[in-house]
Amino acid sequence: MTADAPRGVHAPPELVQLLTPEGERVEHPDYDIELTAEEVRSLYRDLVLVRRVDLEAVALQRQGELGIWASLLGQEAAQIGSGRALTDADMAFPTYREHGVAWCRDVDPVKLLGLFRGVSNGGWDPAEHNFHLYTIVIGSQALHAVGYAMGIQRDGAEAATIVYFGDGATSQGDVNESFIWASVFNAPIVFFCQNNQWAISEPLEKQSKIPLYKRASGFGFPGIRVDGNDVFACLAVTRRALQNARDGQGPTLIEAFTYRMGAHTTSDDPTRYRLADELEAWKLKDPIERVKAYLFKNQLADQEFFEKIDAEADALGKDVRSRCLALPDPPPRAIFDHVYAGAHALLDEEREQYLTYLAGFER
Amino acid sequence: MTTLTLAKALNEGLRRSMEDDPKVLVMGEDVGKLGGVFRVTDGLQKDFGEDRVIDTPLAESGIIGTAIGLALRGYRPVCEIQFDGFVFPAADQIITQLAKMPLRSLGTLKLPVVVRIPCGGGIGAVEHHSESPEAYFTHTAGLRVVACSNPADAYTMIQDAVRCDDPIIFFEPKRRYWDKADVDLAAPGLPLDRARTVRQGRDITLIAYGPMVKTCLEAAAAAEEDGRDIEVIDLRSLNPLDVDVLTESVTRTGRCVVAHEAPVFTGFGAELAARITERCFYSLEAPVLRVGGFSTPYPPSRLEDHYLPDLDRVLDAVDRSFAY
Repeated sequence: MTADAPRGVHAPPELVQLLTPEGERVEHPDYDIELTAEEVRSLYRDLVLVRRVDLEAVALQRQGELGIWASLLGQEAAQIGSGRALTDADMAFPTYREHGVAWCRDVDPVKLLGLFRGVSNGGWDPAEHNFHLYTIVIGSQALHAVGYAMGIQRDGAEAATIVYFGDGATSQGDVNESFIWASVFNAPIVFFCQNNQWAISEPLEKQSKIPLYKRASGFGFPGIRVDGNDVFACLAVTRRALQNARDGQGPTLIEAFTYRMGAHTTSDDPTRYRLADELEAWKLKDPIERVKAYLFKNQLADQEFFEKIDAEADALGKDVRSRCLALPDPPPRAIFDHVYAGAHALLDEEREQYLTYLAGFER
Repeated sequence: MTTLTLAKALNEGLRRSMEDDPKVLVMGEDVGKLGGVFRVTDGLQKDFGEDRVIDTPLAESGIIGTAIGLALRGYRPVCEIQFDGFVFPAADQIITQLAKMPLRSLGTLKLPVVVRIPCGGGIGAVEHHSESPEAYFTHTAGLRVVACSNPADAYTMIQDAVRCDDPIIFFEPKRRYWDKADVDLAAPGLPLDRARTVRQGRDITLIAYGPMVKTCLEAAAAAEEDGRDIEVIDLRSLNPLDVDVLTESVTRTGRCVVAHEAPVFTGFGAELAARITERCFYSLEAPVLRVGGFSTPYPPSRLEDHYLPDLDRVLDAVDRSFAY
């Protein structure tokens, strides 16, 4: 592939796919999945709703209400498919783009927006959702996830851990160290790499000379590539890998082959480094359109269903917007809260001094 | 009373912590069968098993990163960084994750992780085995930073550190590992965030922590022959800082010298000097003086006696203080 050729447009042969971009079901000898019509409609609903939340967040950023936003556009199937594969007891460790997984773990989208608005650096209770806080430093969370999985091992619990990261993160030392740890301790973990082809402006070729899923073999565990725009395949492959982990068979690396259809974040300008043709080619592989086509073709949903979902999405967008705008700024004293679990004399002193200083303006 | 080396006191403290709480884990390079390169974890794996005393792959970021994950699952990991100069691959996990995650969670997460670091020089080691990186960590909000100086404190401080719900950088003075003292294994220790006045005096206050406490006590004993009555304070905790003990002492003596092995320039002594000056300005007869390493990388070991502040350099600073 030359540097300027549209990348990832032609699916490599090793890729697990259960639903074509045209909405045709295909069989796979190892990863087939039985889904009821209700389950497929439910997956479709999730895909549409998280895209709508994402769209609203981008708009809010453009209107100055969020400092920045990292869009998941194009990666909905990878996130909903893998997120829906989790049981309540499983634990997920996200990057800062896993809005779809957060949705699957019942995290209020407004809490995600709060982070990007700057009202907190996290803001939800990870234990309540078994969904860890967003991690902004690239790849750091992979080690946390492996450590957590080692804890699951020691507890003898029927659970697994999944950690999300991108193609760029596979170059990080922490991700490679996490592969080593998971391997030698046989930790119950799934490494879910969303290869969206771009690490801001750097294409995959800057990170790896081999397909990412093949990295796993060097560490001694299986790697598999799945069509990251196929929610059925992502669900099936992740479900299997999680079960293997729970059964004591150790880690799996899943490379979800997908595409970041938007910018890296709202601060980015992808027209400076990638071709419009590439985006157009990937639009034909859209993760939502293929499920819609499948539902239509198989008469599993009618026009009324799609209109209902669209209306629900619009209502969700409006709700998220109004609650985002209503988020109060934290009070100044909150700077000093939660830095330490216990009392800390220096912070107590600084808090008191600063609040006294502020009070001086109110006289 | 039991006579213990500082290393053995840490070992006994860790053993007690592991007996008291099944969630306490020890992890690091060579901490298992070998018992650590300084034998601080000697025998623990034999008695508590490989699941609780974990020989890790040789990667420091991995040690701290997985310890964070274990802590998130409810464990209390005690990590050993083999030598001070090897903590830097773990600095990212310590600074960006360990120190900040509780705040990120708005207090819903606690990270009771202890990072043990043998620190300082004086053992004739090769490069990267003699450093004093405490200021990097005292500058990082969210961490507690402590340094033990003697066997009795080592025994209680390590247990207090393990019980603490905040992440702690725990410095161990490696050239004092083999120092022996009587330790009362039943006696409660001073709270972890408190400084201790280890010698009372009227004329000047010497402030030290970790390996330099012994040096300062020796300097004080030598100065006594010259008629100078030196007070010595062992900080024990660098963050938070027990500033009231320092203020009371310097207000009374009017003079202060701070000693540490780390380079003086932007070292921890700079914070002490500034804070004491702010608090004790009208009582000071001389500026707070600092004695420490030079603004150079740690030298080859044949030169370390020149780099490390010894009794004479501490007393030279005392003389300079009195010359004002």
